[in-house]
Amino acid sequence: MNSEYASAMHPAHHTDLEPDPKRIIRPYGDTTGDGAVQLSFTLPIGHDKRAEGAALQLAAKMGLEPAMVVHAKPMGPHFTFFVVYGRVNHLVDVGKVHVVEREFALLSPKECNARIKAVLRRSLVVVGACIGTDAHTVGIDAILNIKGWAGEKGLEAYGGFDVANLGAQMAIPDLVAAAIEHHADAVLVSQVVTQKDAHIHNVTQMSAAFREAYPKGQKPLLIVGGPRMDESLTTKLGVDRIFGKGTTPGEVASYLVHELCPTPGEAPS
Amino acid sequence: MSSRRTTKLHLDGATVRHARSLARKAGRPIVKLATSHTTVSVERAVLRLGGITGADPDGEPWVNHLVDEVRDQVGLEHGVALPVWHALRSGEHADLTSLAQKAAAGSVTFRHPEGRAAAAATTAARKQVGRGMARIDRNRRERERLVGKYGDPPKPWVYLIVATGDIYEDIPQAQAAAREGADVVAVIRSTGQSLIDFVPEGATREGYAGTYATQENFRLMRAALDEVSHELGRYVRLTNYASGLCMPEIATLAGLERLDMMLNDSMYGILFRDINPIRTFVDQRFSRQIHARAGIIINTGEDNYLTTADAIEAAHTVTVSQLLNEFFGREAGLEDWQLGLGHAFEINPDVPDSFRMELAHALLARELFPNAPLKWMPPTKHMTGDVFRGFLLDGFFNLIGALTQQGILLVGMMTEAVHTPWLSDRDLALQNVRYVFNAVGDLHEDFVPARDGFIVQRAHRVLAEAVELLDDIVDDGLLNAIGDGTFGLMKRPADAGRGLDGVVRRARDYYNPASELLDAGFDARSAR
Repeated sequence: MNSEYASAMHPAHHTDLEPDPKRIIRPYGDTTGDGAVQLSFTLPIGHDKRAEGAALQLAAKMGLEPAMVVHAKPMGPHFTFFVVYGRVNHLVDVGKVHVVEREFALLSPKECNARIKAVLRRSLVVVGACIGTDAHTVGIDAILNIKGWAGEKGLEAYGGFDVANLGAQMAIPDLVAAAIEHHADAVLVSQVVTQKDAHIHNVTQMSAAFREAYPKGQKPLLIVGGPRMDESLTTKLGVDRIFGKGTTPGEVASYLVHELCPTPGEAPS
Repeated sequence: MSSRRTTKLHLDGATVRHARSLARKAGRPIVKLATSHTTVSVERAVLRLGGITGADPDGEPWVNHLVDEVRDQVGLEHGVALPVWHALRSGEHADLTSLAQKAAAGSVTFRHPEGRAAAAATTAARKQVGRGMARIDRNRRERERLVGKYGDPPKPWVYLIVATGDIYEDIPQAQAAAREGADVVAVIRSTGQSLIDFVPEGATREGYAGTYATQENFRLMRAALDEVSHELGRYVRLTNYASGLCMPEIATLAGLERLDMMLNDSMYGILFRDINPIRTFVDQRFSRQIHARAGIIINTGEDNYLTTADAIEAAHTVTVSQLLNEFFGREAGLEDWQLGLGHAFEINPDVPDSFRMELAHALLARELFPNAPLKWMPPTKHMTGDVFRGFLLDGFFNLIGALTQQGILLVGMMTEAVHTPWLSDRDLALQNVRYVFNAVGDLHEDFVPARDGFIVQRAHRVLAEAVELLDDIVDDGLLNAIGDGTFGLMKRPADAGRGLDGVVRRARDYYNPASELLDAGFDARSAR
């Protein structure tokens, strides 16, 4: 199997997969259409022949046909860990995939600063924090701190933004008060801890608190980010935009400018 | 662990001594600050040693009621002990808990006794708090007995984490982890516990990303691990967190319930939880004295500096923090075998020579602290969710653990950044550890970096930067350095942060029977 996988990596065998929205696709192991997938899981059963049979039964019910248990390892007397390879019989219709497309153009820091200056004629005020019990500031720091990440500087490094990073474990009322005090145009909240849906509860409470504290239509732009945040939940959580895993400072900056600094022609003078 | 190691880095002895003397200079004013203040949590710890337990129907512990009531009536600057034991001696109250209940109802008048009344209250307080201290001493001897009976596992001790939020789920998981090979089981605390100014009561089943630290949870888990230690013929250690606003009380409860290791860092609460610096340093000293007395190994939190700042640029801040933790630890009576100084594998793996630098940093810690059981912590910041890549990184992390003879190895999970570990994640992670340590064997004997090579030069440079930073800290004062954002890039001024209202400057006649016993214990040891 190894040599087959190795040859699949070779450019000579590489199929050129141009994105085609109407395309019907299957997983790819080493041949187009082979449907090959790998998965691993644990069953709460001691390791024996019956356990391996149980793993294959599960694989078949998941649409893997044929499937092969390539590895089964007992973990104590009551559990077995499996690695299974197989062909999946499902098809994916790429044309029916729904994602949140980026609705704004990516701007350079210079372009952002220029737009802010031209439209707002002042700094764009951003207040950021981790809320509730979340102490993982890595996300908010990556976006806001001068240091930034992924080779991009954070919003603090932009001349056009006035940034207040309030750090970890901000109580929601304190965040609202800080937003009012700073006259925030946008509030950025980072949520990393997701156990028992803590991120959902926290963000829902946060957006409700802002709706309550501000007159209708005047609340700052509410933006949430985090590695496990679902970008399609904006309405449910009551926020304006959700950014998921891998978002860079430049994307957030461009979004803020897109939303808060419409092109000079449309801007109120 | 042998303290006779041949040096591989050729560190300059004078530079190392200079670094330690700077850490001492930076730390001394902080010790003075700690011994001239008390906090609500230190006072509550005294009463917990005196035997107070329980909480009101809303879950607020009676000890909080009692300290708050004493504070409202006579203030805390003299310490809670004399007013409390004076009231107790009036004879109408069966014990501390019932005194607290009546105080909470507003039916106790406290006053600060004087003359013979003060002497009598002092004697009573000393005697009753002494009983709590004796229980801590008995637990220490019991641990020594069990370790003697079962034998200690070889280093590094394999350290695994349990975190379900429910103590009754944690128990079978912890026992399973021990059977799978854990020498140390850490029960992660519920996120947010560090910021609540009371210790919850009883067995708890609801926590976020961890389980509340309570006396009853401690007792249940220690009993479960005693059971499995007996079954395995190997003493399995239990770890929890003495950090946050209640660190003195949690340290005390750990001593009372025979926990074996506690996370306990001199500055973590200040930097990462925004707890007031003075509150932290006062609480820190008391909790470290308790740990020293209880024979508990502390784990310090230097890994956190590297997750918030760049692990290459901030490497020297780890060394500085280790030196400060060593100073504060020794000052509080901890011996070197109790100093689980932390460091972590957090350099961006895409950086060229990242492994060489990790190796240099780990070796530097090993050589600076030859008798401390260093705690080596796995990659988290650059774990991406690509579990295959993560497994490889953990393998390289383990390799450094073997090459530099780490004392406590926190087992890295390939699913870091994805979820709290599954059963299979732990099993795979332990296979990784076993493979590496088995395959590498005593390679550290053969591994000697080139005399003026990359690793040696990098270690020297980090030490030089650490000395430079310590110099600045001594000039500026440690409190100001913390205020300026020297550590982990966070700015924490001394007059801000959580828990400041719980800090009280001691009066001239401040009396604390627990501190009296702890100071005496420390003096006795250092006199030996």
